[in-house]
Amino acid sequence: MKINELIESHSELTDAAASKSAVVLMTRIRLARNLAGQPFPGWAKEAQKRDIRDQCMQAVAALPQMKRGLAIPVEDLDELQKQILVERHLISRELCHTKAGAGIVISKDQSCVVMVNEEDHLRIQVLRAGFQFKKVWSTINALDTNLEEHIDFAFNPRLGYLSACPTNLGTGIRASAMMHLPALVISGQMEKVVRAVNQLGMAVRGLFGEGSDASGSIFQISNQTTLGESEEGIIKHLHGVLNTIIDQELNARLKLLETDPNKLSDKIGRAFGILQNGYLLNSGEAMNLLSLIRLGIDLDVFPDTQRAVVDRLFIECQPGHVQHAAKGAFDPAQRDVLRAARLRSEFAKLTHPDFTRTAK
Amino acid sequence: MANSLKCDLCSKPATVHLTQIVNSKIHKVDLCEACAQAKGVTDPSGFSLADLLLKASLNPEPAGEAKCTACGFTQQDFKKTGRFGCPSCYEHFSRLLEPMLDTMHKGSSHSGKIPQRAVARKSLYERLTQLETELELAIKAERYEDAARYRDELSQVRQSVEQKPSAGT
Repeated sequence: MKINELIESHSELTDAAASKSAVVLMTRIRLARNLAGQPFPGWAKEAQKRDIRDQCMQAVAALPQMKRGLAIPVEDLDELQKQILVERHLISRELCHTKAGAGIVISKDQSCVVMVNEEDHLRIQVLRAGFQFKKVWSTINALDTNLEEHIDFAFNPRLGYLSACPTNLGTGIRASAMMHLPALVISGQMEKVVRAVNQLGMAVRGLFGEGSDASGSIFQISNQTTLGESEEGIIKHLHGVLNTIIDQELNARLKLLETDPNKLSDKIGRAFGILQNGYLLNSGEAMNLLSLIRLGIDLDVFPDTQRAVVDRLFIECQPGHVQHAAKGAFDPAQRDVLRAARLRSEFAKLTHPDFTRTAK
Repeated sequence: MANSLKCDLCSKPATVHLTQIVNSKIHKVDLCEACAQAKGVTDPSGFSLADLLLKASLNPEPAGEAKCTACGFTQQDFKKTGRFGCPSCYEHFSRLLEPMLDTMHKGSSHSGKIPQRAVARKSLYERLTQLETELELAIKAERYEDAARYRDELSQVRQSVEQKPSAGT
């Protein structure tokens, strides 16, 4: 598979029509693995890094799960292609900034990705739309076991899998869920939730991970500790916390409907109006408007069939995707015009809001 | 008494006292006002006690002394990057690592997945060295029957080691 084919084909996330779970957009697990007896990517010489990359990419690309996928060195990608992969949550921003010797292997359906020579030699990642930890864990566990047949992982019986950063030591697992929490944001409860989640040893980040903002009321919640507990234990623990957050969000929605339904309907209606008629939209504003439409779908203001469109637009209104669709490089002001045009044409086709369910 | 506490970072009198509970373990930090500001303690979103504890535990160490013999990575390098140089660094810097693990993780020993083949391979190598020693001892002691047995087992183990796939395909 070539990079262009991959970009043109629908990804797991942009094609997530089946996501029944209103609150959890995506489930993701990654495992950090390193080769025994080799310096970590941050410390290896360039030639060593290339050798390690070739060896890893060859082994990964040969796995049955990666059949007919894409395997490519990062230096063979241009900036726009990298940006698109970041926007699809397939690779990290850090990987884009590596100078040389990094690589990517992506499965055909874009649900399995292995980053080579990011912070660790191997970052194995599986993602699925919706709330599906069981499925994601069994997929990534099998992938890891298969890979282990061909690669000697750095492992210590007491410390577990050895990673470049001691914060990933042990299981090397990071399980995370991308959550849509508009009602908690609207009602000003998000800060409280973040604090509580942090105290439970979990991290809350924005849409694109560390340091990104939470536009669109989308948050990533993940485990922070990796040593001293089994993978299943970590996932179970996170799962419990996520279920609590889902309940909190759903309660906040009911509360909003109860206390100020008109204000909520107004927000959703205005969002629809701007998306249908706006002429300049930056990605932050577009995300926030789409977030309200998605909330409207959950509240039956719009039919459920529109969910897939909105979930896809969350990704396709990102700067890389906007430029790719317009086939060129554009500065931010031009992108805002292109983005608004795209959204106008999508929203011209959509059903108008029906407020009978939210009205008092 | 709270007032007699010193800042964990600079030893001035501490005025900010923090308690954070991570996985039902209590962690406490005492800071002076200047350090608390500098570390962003007042900003609830940008503050992690674990990071602070990690740095505090590194500070008193004399820098640049310990060095990984496998890859040449120094303690100074770790202080700068927060990452290790290679898997062997975990053994060379274990003194530095142990106190950090307690604050960083839920426990200090692994209880998750074990890569079966890597472990099997490792134990095969260990068995190999063991057999070689025993064979030598048996020959020295003129226990030739034992020696023959060790020699046979040795060639068996050698064979299965070679059959294991090496890295790559």
